[in-house]
Amino acid sequence: MTKARRIYEKIVTGILFSSSTITSLTVILIIVFLFREGIGLFNSTPTEKNYVIAVSRQNTIPIITSNELADIFNQDITNWKQLGGRNDSIVRLTLNDLSGIFTEEELGPDLEFFPQKLNEFVKTTPGVILYLSKEYLPKNFAGRIIPVKKITLLDFIFGKHWYPTSSPIPQFGIWPMIVGTLMVTLGAILFALPFGMATAIFMSEIAGNRLRNIMKPVVELLAGIPSVVYGFFGLVVLVPLIQSLFGLDVGETVLAGSIVLGIMALPTIVTVAEDALHATPQSLREASLALGASELQTLVRVVIPYSKSGISTAVILGTGRAIGETMAVLMVTGNSTHVNYSFLQPTRTIPATIAAELGDTSFGGVHYNALFALAIVLFLFTIIINLSVEVIKNRNQRVNQRG
Amino acid sequence: MTHAEVKNINVWYDTIHALKDVSLKFEPNTVTALIGPSGCGKSTFLRMFNRMNDLIPSFRMDGTVMVNDQDVYSKEIRIDEIRKNVGMVFQKPNPFPKSIFENVAYGLRVNGSNNKAFIEERVERSLRQSALWDEVKDVLKKSALELSGGQQQRLCIARALAVEPKLILMDEPAASLDPISTARIEDLIFELKKTYTIILVTHNLQQAGRISDLTAFFYMGELIEYNMTKKIFLNPDNIQTQNYITGRFG
Repeated sequence: MTKARRIYEKIVTGILFSSSTITSLTVILIIVFLFREGIGLFNSTPTEKNYVIAVSRQNTIPIITSNELADIFNQDITNWKQLGGRNDSIVRLTLNDLSGIFTEEELGPDLEFFPQKLNEFVKTTPGVILYLSKEYLPKNFAGRIIPVKKITLLDFIFGKHWYPTSSPIPQFGIWPMIVGTLMVTLGAILFALPFGMATAIFMSEIAGNRLRNIMKPVVELLAGIPSVVYGFFGLVVLVPLIQSLFGLDVGETVLAGSIVLGIMALPTIVTVAEDALHATPQSLREASLALGASELQTLVRVVIPYSKSGISTAVILGTGRAIGETMAVLMVTGNSTHVNYSFLQPTRTIPATIAAELGDTSFGGVHYNALFALAIVLFLFTIIINLSVEVIKNRNQRVNQRG
Repeated sequence: MTHAEVKNINVWYDTIHALKDVSLKFEPNTVTALIGPSGCGKSTFLRMFNRMNDLIPSFRMDGTVMVNDQDVYSKEIRIDEIRKNVGMVFQKPNPFPKSIFENVAYGLRVNGSNNKAFIEERVERSLRQSALWDEVKDVLKKSALELSGGQQQRLCIARALAVEPKLILMDEPAASLDPISTARIEDLIFELKKTYTIILVTHNLQQAGRISDLTAFFYMGELIEYNMTKKIFLNPDNIQTQNYITGRFG
C-alpha cells in the first residue's frame, strides 16, 4: 500500500468516525437539554419572578400550594378555616385592585403613602392575602411572606387545570393534554387499523403483482404529503362534516383529529403490514392449500398469525407517527385545555400545546419550563412505543431462529 | 384401493413446454419414485395431482388427471375436495407456527370438523402413524417450531395423514434432513404404503432404489421409462435411463 493511499484511508476513517460521534453527541445533548429545561419546573415556585404572596402575622398557615392559591383568587375558598387556618374570611389584595380598598387620596399621587397604608391594613385585617411585587413591599413589613409550595410531579401530571399565564398564580396541570393525546391517538389507530389492514391484505393477497406495484408507491406517497395539508383538508372538509353530522356547536373535535391522524398513519400501517404479510413463506401457504384450505382460510389461519408481529409493529409505528404529530392536530382539534373524555368535544394534544405556546413564553420562565416538562412526557411516550417495537422484533427473531 | 392415472398431459409455463404428452398409471399401495435431473418436470408432474400448479399464473395444461375415478381438472369439481383427498409433503419441513396439536388438527379444522373428541383421536392416530407420537405426546401444546428438522418433517407427514388422503405426494421429503432422520422417514414411507398410495420425487437414487416399488424416469419433460424399480436400476430398457442411473449425466 502506498503512503498516499494510507493517508487517504486514515482521512476517510477519521471523517466517518467524527461524523458518527457528532451525530450521537447531538442526540444526547438534545435529550440532556430537554431534561435540564423540563426538570427546572419542579425546582421553581409557580408565582412570577419578583412577586410574593404575603399574609397577616396572625395567620397560622405555614405554606400554601398553588392550587390553594388559585382557589383563593378564584373565590372558591373564602375563609382560612377551609385551609385549616383560623376562622377569618379571606380579603384579597393585589396591585390591580387597590382602589377597592384604598382611595387615591389615601395613597397619595405617587403612591408614596402606600407602604404605610398597607402595613396598617395588614395589621387590622387578619384574613388578608397579598399578591404584589417585591418593590412595593414596605421596609418594616407588618405581614408575613408565605412560601408557595413547589410544583410536584403528581400535581403536574394529574392536575386538571392548565392556565399557564393566569395571574396571580398560573396552573400547570397536564392531565387534559395527556387525555387528549391518548384519545386522539387511540381514535387514530381505531380508524387506521381496519382500513390499513384491509388495504394491506388486499395488496398482498388479492391484488396481482401489477396492481400491487402501482398501489404501493401510491400509498407511500401519502406519507410524503406535508402535515399542514392534512390539517387543511381536515379543517375544510372534515370539521364541517362532523359538525353537521353530529349537530355540534363546533366541529373541531377529538374525532376530527383522530381521523386526520388516522389517514396520516395509514401509509405506515399499510406498508409495514403489507411487507409482513408478503413475507409469509410460500411453503406455508402451499401447505395450507394442500390440506384443502381455501385462500381465505389460509389467510386467516396461517398468513395473519405468521405475520402477527409484523402487524403489531405496523400498528405501533403508526401510533408513534400519530402521537408526535403536531400541525394537523393543532388545526382540527379545537385547542381546548379542559379535561374532556368525549370524542365529540375539542381537546389539545401535548405536541400541539408546545407548538402553540412556546412562542409566547419568556426564556427560563416557569411556563417555559413547564412546556419542556411536557415535551419530556411526550418523549417518554415515544420511547415506550419504540421499545415495544424492539421487544416485538426480538421475540419474532427468536421464533424464526428456531424454525 | 386407490387409482391414480394421468393421460396425455401437456404442461406449459408461458412458452416453455414443461411436460410433453405424459401418460402414467399408478398401482395402489405402492411407492412410485419419480427421478430425473433438475428441471425435468418431475415436480410439475407431482403437483398435477392436487392442482398446486394452479398457483402459478403462467401455468397451462391439457390432458386428464384421474384420482379415484375423479377428473381432477374437471370444471365441476371443487378444488378443496381434491386437495383433501391428496396429501402433500414438501421438500423443506414447513410446519405452521402453531402448536404440535394444532398443526395436525389444521386440515380437519379447515374442512369443518369441530368435534373435540374426534379431532383428538385423529391427531393421536396420525402422530402414531408418522411415528412421532411417543416423542411428542407430552408436549402437544408446544410450538411445532421447537421440534428438530426430522421431527418437523414427520409432523408434516402426520398433518397430511390426518385428513385421510387417498394419495400422498412427497416432494423430496428427506432432502433437507440428516442421514438418521432420512432413515426414519424412509422407514415411515415403507410403513405407510400398506395403507396409502405414495408418489415420491427424489434426487437421491439410492433412496429411490431402497424404498420404491416402481420408478419413473423423466428427462426434458418427457417420461422416458417407467417400470419396476429393480428393472430400472439393474437392466433399464432405455440408454438415457442407464446413463442417468450410472451417473454418466445429470
